[in-house]
Amino acid sequence: MAKLPKPAELLDINYNPPKTPWMDTPAEFREGMYCHAGKPESAEIVSLPNAREWRVPDEDWKLPDDWQKIILQGLHDRLHRFRSLKIFMDCCVRCGACADKCHFFLGSGDPKNMPVLRAELLRSVYRKEYTLAGKLMGKMVGARELNEQVLKEWFYYFFQCSECRRCSVFCPYGIDTAEITMLTRELLNLVGLNIDWVITPVANCFSKGNHLGIQPHGIVDSYDMMLDDVEDITGVRLDLTYNRKGAEILYVPPSGDIFATPGNYTLMGQLMLFHELGLDYTVSTFNSEGGNFGLFTSNEMMKRLNQKIYAEAKRLGVKWIIGGECGHMWRVIHQYMDTMNGPADFLEVPKSPITGTVFENAKTTKMVHVTEFTADIIRHNKIKLDPSRNAGIIATYHDSCNPARAMGLLDEPRYILDHCVEWYEMPEDTIREKTFCCGSGSGLNAEEDMELRMRGGFPRANAVKYVNQKHGVNMLSCVCAIDRAALPPLMRYWVPGVEVCGVHELLGNALVMKGEKPNREENLRFEPLQNQDMEEA
Amino acid sequence: MGLIVAIVIVCAIVAIAYVGVAVAGLSALFGIILPYLALAVFIVGVVYRIANWAKSPVPFNIVTTCGQEKSLDFIKTNPIDNPTTRAGMVVRMILEVTVFRSLFRNSKVELTADGDLRYQWEKWLWIFALLFHWGMFFTLLRHFRFFMADVPGWVGAIEAVDGVFMVDLHPIYLTGIFMLLGLVGLLGRRLYLGKVRYISLLNDYFPLCLLLGIVITGMNMRYLTHVDINNVRELMISLITFHPAIPAGGISPVFIMHLALVCTLLIYFPMSKLMHAFGVFMSPTRNMVNDSRKKRYVNPWNPVVEFHYYEDYEDEFREKMVKVGLPVDKTIEEAAAEKAAKEAQLKAELGM
Repeated sequence: MAKLPKPAELLDINYNPPKTPWMDTPAEFREGMYCHAGKPESAEIVSLPNAREWRVPDEDWKLPDDWQKIILQGLHDRLHRFRSLKIFMDCCVRCGACADKCHFFLGSGDPKNMPVLRAELLRSVYRKEYTLAGKLMGKMVGARELNEQVLKEWFYYFFQCSECRRCSVFCPYGIDTAEITMLTRELLNLVGLNIDWVITPVANCFSKGNHLGIQPHGIVDSYDMMLDDVEDITGVRLDLTYNRKGAEILYVPPSGDIFATPGNYTLMGQLMLFHELGLDYTVSTFNSEGGNFGLFTSNEMMKRLNQKIYAEAKRLGVKWIIGGECGHMWRVIHQYMDTMNGPADFLEVPKSPITGTVFENAKTTKMVHVTEFTADIIRHNKIKLDPSRNAGIIATYHDSCNPARAMGLLDEPRYILDHCVEWYEMPEDTIREKTFCCGSGSGLNAEEDMELRMRGGFPRANAVKYVNQKHGVNMLSCVCAIDRAALPPLMRYWVPGVEVCGVHELLGNALVMKGEKPNREENLRFEPLQNQDMEEA
Repeated sequence: MGLIVAIVIVCAIVAIAYVGVAVAGLSALFGIILPYLALAVFIVGVVYRIANWAKSPVPFNIVTTCGQEKSLDFIKTNPIDNPTTRAGMVVRMILEVTVFRSLFRNSKVELTADGDLRYQWEKWLWIFALLFHWGMFFTLLRHFRFFMADVPGWVGAIEAVDGVFMVDLHPIYLTGIFMLLGLVGLLGRRLYLGKVRYISLLNDYFPLCLLLGIVITGMNMRYLTHVDINNVRELMISLITFHPAIPAGGISPVFIMHLALVCTLLIYFPMSKLMHAFGVFMSPTRNMVNDSRKKRYVNPWNPVVEFHYYEDYEDEFREKMVKVGLPVDKTIEEAAAEKAAKEAQLKAELGM
C-alpha cells in the first residue's frame, strides 16, 4: 500500500492547470488514488459481465474483444433512456462555475477533477459519435475516439467522484456530475470494470441482506452486544424483536451502525428512544441494511438491492417504515425506491403512534427518516432530554451530501441537536446545500485509496478545523453511516482531537429513561459524564 | 488556438459577405436566400433538437434540492429552492432564467499560505452573463423597428429609455453597450482565468466571436458607417411578409456583413451549446418537484430484474436462524419434508 503523505505535503496543491492540453495528458494511475479492482466471485454472484481476475495497475485489463462496441451501444441505450444524459451532454457552456466546487479538485488540484472536465471525459466521446462537428473536426471541438486510454481515464476519474451533487447546485443548468458518473459507471460495468469496495458489498447485500455479508446470527449477536452495553450504561434492558410479524413499524438502519464504531452508538441511541416511547417496531435480519451500493453500480443493481425493503415490510405485515441515519440510502429511498419497487399500497401512510403526526411528505413511499420522526417527538415533548449529560461535547453538524442535495433534510437533525447538545455551525459555504462530501462517498471508502480520501475530505476537514479553533468543537455529528466510517480517519489526519458521531448518539446520551439508574455515570461510549464531575467538584 | 480559429472564421464570413455583395453583386444570395435558409435551419434545427430531448424519458425524479424540504409543520421550508409544488418549481425556473440564481451563488476558493480554504463571493461571471443576455434581449426587441411596417409603441418606449444618454443629440443605446461589455467580459475571463482557459474549446470561442462580430458590425452601422436604413427596413419587411425583394436603392454591403453573421448564428445555434437556452427548461435537476416520497413517480421503462427473496435467505440460513431463536416461516422439519417431497416428485417425473 502506498504511504500516505503528511498533511503539509498533501497541501502542496496548485489550482492552476498545466500547460499540456487535457486530451494530451493520459491518466496517471497513482497509488493511493484508486481502489482495487472488483473480485470475480462477487461479480458472479450478481451476474455482472466479464467477471475475471484483474488488477488496476496492470497494462492488460482483460477486456472483452468487442469492448468498444459494448460501451458505445451502452451509451446509445442510455441516451434513449435518460433525458438527463442528453441534456447534460448538450447544454454545458463550460462557464467554469463548477470548477472549484468539487472537493476532489480542491484537495488535489487535478484539472480532471473539475466537474466540467470530468463530464468532458465522457462528452468528448459523445461528440465524436453524435455530432457532425465532432466527427469532422475532432480535437479542435473537443471530440475524441474511444480507445483504451480513454476507457482507463474514465475508470480513474469516475471513481474519483463521490456523486455528491455539489457541482449541480452551482451549475446554471443544473448539470449533475453525479448523474454523469452513475451512467458512466454503468458503462464501465458493462465491460467488467468496477472496484471491489463497491462490488463485494453489492454481492453481500444481494445475498445476505447487508453490505458486510453478516449472517442472521451475527446480526443478532451485534444487537445483543448493544443491548448489553445500553443495560450497563443505563440499567435498562431494551426490548428488541427480530423479524416479528405484525409489528407496526419496520426499522431499517444502515449496516454500518450495527457493526462498526462509532455508528453503533447512534443505533443504540435509536433503540433507547424507541424503547422509551414503547414503539411497536421490529428489525429484520434479512433487510438488515438500507444502504445500497447498487446506486454506485447501475440503476438495475440499485433496484435489485432495494427491493427487499418493501418485500420484507410486506412479509412482516408492518404498517410503515422508519429508515436510519444514512446518506446515500436516503437518496435511494427518497428519489428511487417507490419508482423502482413501488407502489407500496400494502402499507399505510406513516402516522406517529406517539404524537399522531401524519407524515404527509412520505405519503406514497411510506418511509420516514428517523430524524423526522425524532424531531416530531421532541416537538411534542414526548421525551425528557438532559443536555447536560452531553457536557464537554461541543459539536458541529455535517450535512451529508444526499440528504442535503437529493432530499433537503437540513433542519430536522439540527432541531434534535438544539435539544441535546451545545453545537456550532461550520462556515456558510460548507453547510446545507453547499456541504462538502466526507471524500469517501459512492463506495470510495476503501483502505487502499487513503490519499484520495484525505484529499477529497480536505475541504470538509478544513471547515471543521475552523470551528474547532473558533469554538473548541470536538465532535462532528452527521446523519450518514459512510460519514461515520470515513470521517474519523479524516479527522485524525487533518483535525486531531475531533471525534465523530451520529445525531442519535447525542440524543441517546441526553435521553432520560424510565427506570434508569439513579445516577447515570457514563455516556454511550462508556466515557464518564462530565456534568457529574462538575457537580462533584 | 480555438480563439484564433474562431476569429478567422468570423472575419472570413464578414469578408465573403462584403465581397459577395460589393464586388460580385450577390445581393439576392446574401439578402434573401441566406436569411431564409438560416431561419429555416434555425427553426427546424431547434424543433428537432427539443423533440429529440423530449423523446428520451425522465425515468427518475432527480431534482437537486437547495434548501429545506417540506416535512414537519414547525420546520421552515424553502418552497423555491426546494420546491414541493409545481408553482414553486416554476418560480425557481423563472429565477434561474431571468436572474441566473445558480450563478449568483458562485464562489471563489483560495488556499491560504496556512493551508486553509477561504471562500469569496464571485460575482463577475454572473454580472457578465446578466449584461450580455439582458442586453441582447432588449437589443433584439429594439430591432422590431426594422421588422414591422408600423413600429409598435413598445419599441419606441424601449428606445426612449434605452437611448436616454445622448452624444451630439444622437442616442447611445445602453443595451448594446451592455451586450458588448458582457461579451468582452465573458471572453476576457475565458482567456484570463487559467481553469476556464484550460477547458475552453473552439465551441466556446466561436459563438463569443460571432456575437461580438454581430455587435460590432451593428454598432458600426449605427455610430460610424451609416447605411440607408430605409433600404434595410424595406428588405427586412419584404422578407417577413414573404414578398422578398432587394430594394430599388440596393442594399449596403456594410449591412450584409451584419446580416451574414446573424444568419451564421441562426444556423449554428441548433447544433451548438447555444441550445442551453432551451435545454435549461428541460433539465431534470431543475424542472422537477421534490415530492418523490409524496407522489409516486413512474419510470416508463422500469426494468425487470432478478431479486433475491427472503425465502431463499431463510432456506440458506434456517438452521442458524432457529439456533439463535429467530422466527422462521418454515420449521426445519417442514423445509426438510418439502425438500424430500420435491426430490421424490422429480425422481418420479424422471422415472427413476
